[in-house]
Amino acid sequence: MTSGRGGTSAAAPSFPFREGHTLITDVRPRSAKPPRSTPIPPPRRGFLSHVDAKWSPYLFIAPFFVIFAVFGLFPLAYTGWVSLHDWDIGGAGAFVGLDNYTELFGDPDFWNAVVNTLGMLVLATVPQLVLALVLASLLSQKLRGLTLLRMGVLLPIVTSVAAVGIVFSQIFDRDAGMVNGILGLVNVDPIDWRADKWSSWTAIATMVNWRWTGYNALIYLAAMQSIPRELYEAATVDGASKVRQFRSITVPMIRPAVIFTVIVSTIAGMQLFTEPLIFGQGGFAISGGSLRQFQTLSMYMFEKAFRDFDYGYGSAVAWMIFLLITLLAVVNYFVTRKGN
Amino acid sequence: MRKSQPLVYLTLLAAIALSAFPLYWLFVVATRSNDIVGDWPPPLVPGGNLGDNVSRLFAAEDAHFLLGLVNSAFASVTVTVAVVFFSSLAGFAFAKLKFRGRDGLLLVILATMMIPVQMGIIPLYMIMVELGWQNRMEAIIVPALVSAFGVFLMRQYAERAVPDELIEAAKVDGCSTFRIFWTIVLPALRPGAAVLGLFTFMGTWNEFLWPLAVLEADNPTVQFSLSQLSTTYYTDYTLMFAGALVATVPLLLVFIAFGRQIIGGIMEGAVKA
Repeated sequence: MTSGRGGTSAAAPSFPFREGHTLITDVRPRSAKPPRSTPIPPPRRGFLSHVDAKWSPYLFIAPFFVIFAVFGLFPLAYTGWVSLHDWDIGGAGAFVGLDNYTELFGDPDFWNAVVNTLGMLVLATVPQLVLALVLASLLSQKLRGLTLLRMGVLLPIVTSVAAVGIVFSQIFDRDAGMVNGILGLVNVDPIDWRADKWSSWTAIATMVNWRWTGYNALIYLAAMQSIPRELYEAATVDGASKVRQFRSITVPMIRPAVIFTVIVSTIAGMQLFTEPLIFGQGGFAISGGSLRQFQTLSMYMFEKAFRDFDYGYGSAVAWMIFLLITLLAVVNYFVTRKGN
Repeated sequence: MRKSQPLVYLTLLAAIALSAFPLYWLFVVATRSNDIVGDWPPPLVPGGNLGDNVSRLFAAEDAHFLLGLVNSAFASVTVTVAVVFFSSLAGFAFAKLKFRGRDGLLLVILATMMIPVQMGIIPLYMIMVELGWQNRMEAIIVPALVSAFGVFLMRQYAERAVPDELIEAAKVDGCSTFRIFWTIVLPALRPGAAVLGLFTFMGTWNEFLWPLAVLEADNPTVQFSLSQLSTTYYTDYTLMFAGALVATVPLLLVFIAFGRQIIGGIMEGAVKA
């Protein structure tokens, strides 16, 4: 396929464009121009071009739909079916109706994971978006070296995700970590960050905040730059302060961007997995610490399905995560819309 | 306004310092020996042990780090090429071709864009068992060959970047639809394809949950291998940091080479987490 252009470029007639459509050769100056004398060819034979026009579009979208249906949508839907069975590594067992869910709702480890996930979601999303807003408003001013500044705030997202986990696990280490070292300067006793809920959530949320703040700042920045300058000029004439302008013009105008980032971070936060798993280290990694103090829902699903090989129960967890995400996305949507 | 300029720079520089510091610290520890870990104040300049740490890294048993690197590189490149190609193809069809059911099918793509398909990994795993793809890279690559987000992105891009007259003219000239795609549309989509490609590459490189489920420790991806290090060698900080550094370098290189496009892509609201 690729040889078509390079190999035959000397033989101009193989190129399909013909004289009379100068527009085309203008746009693609690299194509060899056919000789001026070439007559306009007759239209393509009707049947073939008819088949081409009718079926090509379906052929073009087929790869996406086939692969996505088989490896994306089908597994997701089938998760619901598996969750209604006693299903383990040996295969499908008895149909048990909603038994897995009944058990799940009485399972303290499940509720623990729900609380952990939501807690880290809040700790990781709110500071991230507020800081991003501040960063974006700073970056939206006329500054020298803007591209470099933007690349600087984006550095964290090019860090390998497991590497983020490894570095921050060390920074938050009880004995060797820098955070405790700095706290020691103000006479705070060393904190065992892995030991408690609040401390482990803080450490893990720090990783997420660090990784995504700059990314969100750039999304806000793009939205800010599309606000008409006249709005600010008029406000300045009316004597509105910078802070007032930020609150009354900037924030309402970038609302769609805010909604977008809130929904995207919520969906990602509900599936948080890599950072807490790496933070766990050693034998208690998948359970999120010895007392499950930072086990997220995704980790619990993974533990049930791929450590205990209880596919039915694991699927029930997965399906609940899916429902929770959908619920949160809908709530997000309506709350942010209502404010309008 | 003018008076506040230095303050703005200071705040921004502080933010960038915070962004860059963990990466710098990653580099510093990776070049040191283990006895400095925990020193106070911490050493802030690189040492001379990088080579030693990296060779220990590649020699580390049950981490299979080199294999992880090769696996991830292969998967990331393959998936990137496929996602860009299939997304451009479908995006072009949705933006520029007329066919029955087009709007309905586009709606399906929009609706599936936000669906966390990751929650389907248990049946996906069963499919892989049926196909005999457990612990094989096919399991990582094949399900990732297409992306709803990619199709949507390329559709938006094609809508703007490819003039209708151009396609009409080529049709009159008897160009087949695929030929129109290959010679006219694909070159015009190049900037959008670059952004999609970069983010697909980074996303595949960072994939973790699914590889951990379907692969074994003897045939890992790079993130899987790192998690093995952090489980088995968690007291050996310089070894882990060397691994984290080597796993980050490819992404850093991509970023340095294509930073402007990445920023452009995000600023166009074109990229999801």
